[in-house]
Amino acid sequence: MTAIPLGVPRRLVEFTLDGQEVRVPEGSTILDACRAAGKEVPTLCQGDTLTPKNACRVCVVELEGARTLVPACSRKAEAGMEVRTDTERARHSRKLVIELLASSVDLSTTPEVAGWIKEYEAKPDRFGPDAARLDEEPKIDNGLYVRDYDKCILCYKCVDACGDQWQNTFAISVSGRGFDARIAVEHDAPLTDSACVYCGNCIEVCPTGALSFKSEFDMRAAGTWDESAQTETTTVCAYCGVGCNLTLHVQDNEIVKVTSPHDNPVTHGNLCIKGRFGYQHVQNRD
Amino acid sequence: MDLHFGDSKPTDEERAAIDALLGPPESSWEGAARDEMRAADLRWARGGREARERRDLLLPGLHAVNDRIGWVSEGALDYLCRRLTVPPAEAYGVATFYAMFSVRPRPATVLHVCTDLACAAAGAAELCAGVEARLGPGSGVGVQRSPCLGLCERAPAALAVRAGDPVRTAVSAPATVARAAEAASAPDSAPEEPPAAFAVPQSGDPSLVLLSRVGVVDPASLDDYRAHGGYAALRQAFALGPAGVIREVTDAGLVGRGGAAFPTGRKWQATASQPDRPHYLVCNADESEPGTFKDRVVMEGDPYALVEAMTIAAYAVGAHKGYLYLRGEYPRALRRMEHAIGQARARGLLGEDVLGQGYAFDIEIRRGAGAYICGEETALFNSIEGYRGEPRSKPPFPVEKGLFGRPTAENNVETLVNVLPILTRGAEAYAAIGTPGSTGPKLYCVSGSVDRPGIYELPFGATLGELLALAGVRERLRAVLLGGAAGGFVRPDELDIPLTFEGTRAAGTTLGSGVVMAFDDTVPLPRLLLRIAEFFRDESCGQCVPCRVGTVRQEEALHRIAERRGAAAADDLALLREVGRAMRDASICGLGQTAWNAVESAIDRLGAYE
Amino acid sequence: MRKRESKIYARLTHPLVRDARDEPFRRATWDEALTRAAAGLSAARGAFGLFSCARATNEMNYVAQKFARVVMGTNNVDSCNRTCHAPSVAGLSAAFGSGGGTSSYAEVEETDLIVMWGSNARFAHPIFFQHVLRGIRNGARMYAVDPRRTSTAEWAESWLGLNVGTDIPMAHAIGREIIHAGLANHAFIERATSGFEEYQALVEPWTLSLAEKVTGVPAAAIRQLAHAYARAERAQLCWTLGITEHHNGTDNVRALINLTLLTGHVGRHGSGLQPLRGQNNVQGGGDMGAIPNRLPGFQDILDPAARLKFESAWDTVIQPHYGLNLTEMFEAMEEGTLKAVYCIGENPAQSEADSEQAVRRLGALDFLVVQDIFLTKTAQLADVVLPATAGWAETEGTTTNSERRVQRVRAAVTPPGEAREDIDILCDLATRLGHDWKYTDAEAVWNELRSVSPDHYGMTYERLAEHQGIQWPCPDTARLEPTYLHGRLWASDPAERGRPAPFGIVQHDPPVDLTDEEYPIRLTTGRRLDSYNTGVQSGGFASPLRRGEYVELCPEDAEHYGVVVGEEVQVSSRRGSVVAPVWIDTALRPGLAFMTMHFPDEVDTNQLTIEANCPIAGTAEFKASAIRIEKLPVATQVR
Repeated sequence: MTAIPLGVPRRLVEFTLDGQEVRVPEGSTILDACRAAGKEVPTLCQGDTLTPKNACRVCVVELEGARTLVPACSRKAEAGMEVRTDTERARHSRKLVIELLASSVDLSTTPEVAGWIKEYEAKPDRFGPDAARLDEEPKIDNGLYVRDYDKCILCYKCVDACGDQWQNTFAISVSGRGFDARIAVEHDAPLTDSACVYCGNCIEVCPTGALSFKSEFDMRAAGTWDESAQTETTTVCAYCGVGCNLTLHVQDNEIVKVTSPHDNPVTHGNLCIKGRFGYQHVQNRD
Repeated sequence: MDLHFGDSKPTDEERAAIDALLGPPESSWEGAARDEMRAADLRWARGGREARERRDLLLPGLHAVNDRIGWVSEGALDYLCRRLTVPPAEAYGVATFYAMFSVRPRPATVLHVCTDLACAAAGAAELCAGVEARLGPGSGVGVQRSPCLGLCERAPAALAVRAGDPVRTAVSAPATVARAAEAASAPDSAPEEPPAAFAVPQSGDPSLVLLSRVGVVDPASLDDYRAHGGYAALRQAFALGPAGVIREVTDAGLVGRGGAAFPTGRKWQATASQPDRPHYLVCNADESEPGTFKDRVVMEGDPYALVEAMTIAAYAVGAHKGYLYLRGEYPRALRRMEHAIGQARARGLLGEDVLGQGYAFDIEIRRGAGAYICGEETALFNSIEGYRGEPRSKPPFPVEKGLFGRPTAENNVETLVNVLPILTRGAEAYAAIGTPGSTGPKLYCVSGSVDRPGIYELPFGATLGELLALAGVRERLRAVLLGGAAGGFVRPDELDIPLTFEGTRAAGTTLGSGVVMAFDDTVPLPRLLLRIAEFFRDESCGQCVPCRVGTVRQEEALHRIAERRGAAAADDLALLREVGRAMRDASICGLGQTAWNAVESAIDRLGAYE
Repeated sequence: MRKRESKIYARLTHPLVRDARDEPFRRATWDEALTRAAAGLSAARGAFGLFSCARATNEMNYVAQKFARVVMGTNNVDSCNRTCHAPSVAGLSAAFGSGGGTSSYAEVEETDLIVMWGSNARFAHPIFFQHVLRGIRNGARMYAVDPRRTSTAEWAESWLGLNVGTDIPMAHAIGREIIHAGLANHAFIERATSGFEEYQALVEPWTLSLAEKVTGVPAAAIRQLAHAYARAERAQLCWTLGITEHHNGTDNVRALINLTLLTGHVGRHGSGLQPLRGQNNVQGGGDMGAIPNRLPGFQDILDPAARLKFESAWDTVIQPHYGLNLTEMFEAMEEGTLKAVYCIGENPAQSEADSEQAVRRLGALDFLVVQDIFLTKTAQLADVVLPATAGWAETEGTTTNSERRVQRVRAAVTPPGEAREDIDILCDLATRLGHDWKYTDAEAVWNELRSVSPDHYGMTYERLAEHQGIQWPCPDTARLEPTYLHGRLWASDPAERGRPAPFGIVQHDPPVDLTDEEYPIRLTTGRRLDSYNTGVQSGGFASPLRRGEYVELCPEDAEHYGVVVGEEVQVSSRRGSVVAPVWIDTALRPGLAFMTMHFPDEVDTNQLTIEANCPIAGTAEFKASAIRIEKLPVATQVR
């Protein structure tokens, strides 16, 4: 009979991180090592439930002997590497990435970015008033969620979550090329004409708020969205028997958003349309 | 896969174009009619892995529709997706990635007019304006401005493509407004292009190694190829065995000619030693660097040489399948290579039992569709696999996980054809050509302000001045661009730079892919730089931020200073340096990493804005 | 195309009572409502039944069954488990002695072959299907057996589109082919099973060609599945209501289990059986004893030792016989032997097959008290309506999922108006009936359950939080058991191996509601992705996917009847008739139609379905009715 697979025991890899010797399990990324060592490296396109796409390049670090900087989020640690996370060269590229994004994309709902702008002394305005921006209007074509691509940094996380990494619905893809590339469904149709099944797993991974619950979008527009006044309570979905864990975000006794813990063994952070949006019945109170 | 399709249906012609490529659908689930004949389909459907593994036919499928109809409609895309089990959103993302496809209706005939460096210097702007005025709406021709068409020796150039069955093409180069319009209006009766040897001013020179057969052999005749020494190298390869071939190539000191100069023997050894199977060989013939046209000339003039060289390389690395990824804008090279591969197959030089040696190998041609980035090796893999041609992050390197995730040796055309003289002459004799650091002969694409533009073959070590003299460089030379848009400029007083990897490196520039483009002082440098910046903005795949936004900011800054000099340009020059540095340091692939090279060299070496 | 919104229910905020059935409800105080409820129930002692709630917590179900057994002195307690997966529980218990699925979700990701039989998990269990997809991406091959080519089936290597109700012929033919091809796992059969010879004789007539004739699926397809399943090193067999909602649902389950016994695909990591449960706590409701034949923790009522343990724990006398299940309770209403019902969180007036009959029976009760969060169709029939809280968002407790994982639910919002928690209401009612029950909180209930159920003993609230849920059995507070059940069957020591698993000797029995010239179309039912059961919950949000109820036909049948999408047609069965608009779905074939029960307020599909029940589990044959489609005289094109 087959025993429970324990997996091959992972070896440890030893390398130098900012002058300190560190040991991480084989297969770990430089970012894993940084976090284990308590070092802050900014990230945007990296997600804990997804394979790193390393598209944003804000996490670049300097690797001794490498011609270019390397992305901490996807570069695996190798024995004997010498990595420096905070050199002038790495900081320069990070600063530029932040400036390039902030000068072309609406980052107003991207957490942490304001702090990075300060820390790296980024000046997005220096590209001038005529610097090209995405200039997209929010797409509101259904009652459940909004796609505001003016806030999209093209991190690919939504595409990966909708695609073969989780949902396998493939409703969205990157279309076009270069600065004109956009996340889109086929033929740039509205979501309601697409393969979308409204699981909201794209919202879950979106790092900038480009994708959001309609409830959050409306409350933000009305100025009533207040995360500091929200509680988060994890419970179990009321629909089928799979038993997905839901984290209910509640403001003023109203559920305003539903997520799922990313480390949950049932969901891995993913939900279906019923779990994500099917809460309204409890608050049809009159 | 539970795919979602809209209501759009393919026209009979679209369906026929796709069925001609894929064969008729096997079941009603795949698009066959739901009739009595197919009643069993409603009881048993097969699919799964096998169905999903046909994704790599997406790009050929898009070509099939585009070739027949001229654009890709919703109905056609849906039908193709149904046939291949590909999600329509992803197929749409792929179709919109390539410049040669359109997802909107357009005239059946498209005239691609090159506006890139060599053509720009040869009056492309006037040509373009004239053609656009002549072929307005209602002419049945769409005019599209195009990056370099690889016809720099005959600048300015235009390529007409008329959709139909079969698709018709006509090249007009050097083009005039009248000739380009005629090619577009009647591609069938356009005058024949000059033979490939026209692009080889040295043609017939007995000292030529790589170009010895161009203009000498009939490119359609396998027998003629063999009469001129063809297939001697493959026989030698079988005698040496795979390890022996790799040893010869290593000892010969052959390095990649695509620009990165990686030792070919090491690449082959690394691929051959991978335990994972199958192994693949990929020939990168997506020659898109502005100013480069050597691969086209080799494929048009000596196509069997590439077939033989690919066979040897595959044999060495243990591959049984090779892909030739050929630039979409090279219709004649495509025809010649298709013919050559067919002939080789018919004669048992490809197939189950190559040369009766019990070794199986075959080649499939995949056409690019207008994307410079697909010349990047991993972007090229994605393109073949039916994904957007976006580069992958490395490591893992192709020798470990390449095409279809398998160990893959990828080489460009020039690198591969060098293998033939290595095997026929021996590593030692080959290595005696050139310098110790850069062995063998090298091809150069000389264009611009010269009397005899074309492909030149010289041993490594000749100086830039010698090469330019050979090509008849004209008076009032202002600058020479080495390596194309991703390369760098040098000054007229630097013509003693030795054309070797080490020599150019020492001079702070690069050989790149062998582009040597001469500009006289009538060409305004800022306009050239702006064209280079536009090129990178257009060709950035958009995956990583430094390149996607950086190339836009670079172009904007160059626009601002187009008419400024000195202090008036200083702020923007500083900005360009900062953006350029981040692009070079933090971009995923070579495109972004080199997008600032030429501009930087123009500023620093030529004093472009002083 | 019109967008249909299903009826939106508002929360109940205060108790409702009425003095006579023909009067409207009036608002009442809790005291009045509970006093009335206590009086009504007290009067019906001996003729009482309790419908517990598969949607509520384990703790609530524990208290509810205890209420039935201790306060009312009856084992007549059941839940809507009956309408869906009771056959799975019955079949698995008969074979292995325990009614849970044997594998875990994560094992689906690490298996070599997945069979999805009568399960459109892509729609009905989307997050489970993500585990399946991960398995497929990891290299597993998936096979789908389903009359319709569903979204699930579209992912399959091979889809077998069998006739509705021919699962046993299909399974038997697979079994026969495995035996004849020499692919049976004789080492396992000899060690861990009983009745193989009889089984072999049973399946012998089911040649591939006979199966092709009966199921409609090409012999080659059946053969391919048989070989793939038997040759896989690990295999998962998953099913849903396509197997259980038949008049012989338990037999269907046994027929599938036989295949696992034949091949040894049970009791190992990656090999097992997964019945996918349809409601958030339908597993836990049964585990907690809210079923007529088991005490909490799967302990048989007929076992005197088990009874004794609970009698001393609860200080009561437990009836030494099984109670009535839901189906039998409805029959007892008809006979007049069941006079009062306490219905918590269930909507049988709409969820039962042949709903007209169900409504009539509930209306004939002497006394009906309904405890719910909405004024459902069932609540509208009641004498007393008690407003409860939503278990999953307004109370503390636990639920148990399809992989036997007990997980914590937590209160996130304050309930509306005067709504009270189920346990609180139950205790208040018990007190009024002479049992002074008090629990400080849900955890106190849980700890009482732990003290009487060894398989739950190791699951403290603290550990449940720490591990994000724990799968039963968990007898030890310091240890976690393997994620799969019945590893014992592989033990070399016969004592440890325990009772061999018997092959199920079950015969093919076609659906009761036969198609004929008058009713030529086979109607089958199921779920859609964005809707749920009777739609009371799922109707509350604005799903862009929702288009209301339709009768779905294949393109050929639509053409035959001359009907187009959106056109309303008369759909009739031998029991009833509804008007529904037409939808065309290529996943269907001629003679096969599909409907859901998500929109009973607009189209009451269960007027068409047949109440032909599985004699063992009591589940009705929702999956097979015979219907007729008639074009309406004046085509009423819907806007």
